[in-house]
Amino acid sequence: MKISVIITLKKDVLDPQGKVIHQTLDGMGFQDINEVRQGKYFEIDTKETDNEKAKAKVEEMCKKLLANLVIENYKIIDPK
Amino acid sequence: MKSSVITFPGSNCDRDMDVALKKFGFKNKMVWHADAELPKSDLVVLPGGFSYGDYLRCGSMASKSKIMQSVINFANSGGMVMGICNGFQILVETGLVPGVLLRNKYLEFICKNVFVKINDKKNKYFKNVDNEVLEFHIAHNEGNYFCTNDQLKEIEDHNQIAINYCDENGKIEDQFNPNGSLKNIAGIFNKEKNVLGMMPHPERMIDTSLSGEDGSLFFKNLINNLK
Repeated sequence: MKISVIITLKKDVLDPQGKVIHQTLDGMGFQDINEVRQGKYFEIDTKETDNEKAKAKVEEMCKKLLANLVIENYKIIDPK
Repeated sequence: MKSSVITFPGSNCDRDMDVALKKFGFKNKMVWHADAELPKSDLVVLPGGFSYGDYLRCGSMASKSKIMQSVINFANSGGMVMGICNGFQILVETGLVPGVLLRNKYLEFICKNVFVKINDKKNKYFKNVDNEVLEFHIAHNEGNYFCTNDQLKEIEDHNQIAINYCDENGKIEDQFNPNGSLKNIAGIFNKEKNVLGMMPHPERMIDTSLSGEDGSLFFKNLINNLK
């Protein structure tokens, strides 16, 4: 089963990379952007076949390694 | 005095630290990250470098390595643990010191000498250092210290800020902040002040013919404080 996770920076954390991407897009002519925030995307292929159990395991991975909860939020995407 | 320097895959200041510690009288041992046991030590150092290629977040992988459980236990029982640069990033990832280190504000890798002001001398790292301001070297891409408002309040209530970026006279202002770090923080302690994480490299300032001597001051003082 493949489970996806999206990690994003929390609202009040400065994202210098997102800012630079915003400025570059602006310079390229995409001038109607309010803000760009950069995040991370993970695809985890697990042997677990039970949907709920797999999601619980991935949540533990997020808390322990994939995200730093001081600055980041995680979102687990339901496997299809 | 016995010290241990932990080498992670991608550490590159471990041998500089070894040279510095030995120069000022420590009997130092190099310890591999995959070892489980920490040799008997009065000081454990997590050195600078790029452990695990800075993948995921700087220091995140190294903080989960085998030896780190022993380092965490050592720190929690009052042992002296110092993390320099990537070592500081590893310390924040273990949670031994609060906060995180973000990308530098202007997205530049910064490599230069800086001045830092000692904020607290009631600890074994900076007790009896005569100077208020030290000149150290920094070399990092992720040194932009950040923490939540609640954490900052706690840090300030417990006087956990160790050093702040400043000018040569000790003036702490925005213009002397190289990386956008919150409150110009260059180094912080845990509550008990036996764990110190800092971005600057004292081990790069120990040779009159190559650099300044403020690192020498730091290490000479440190070993005396530990005796």
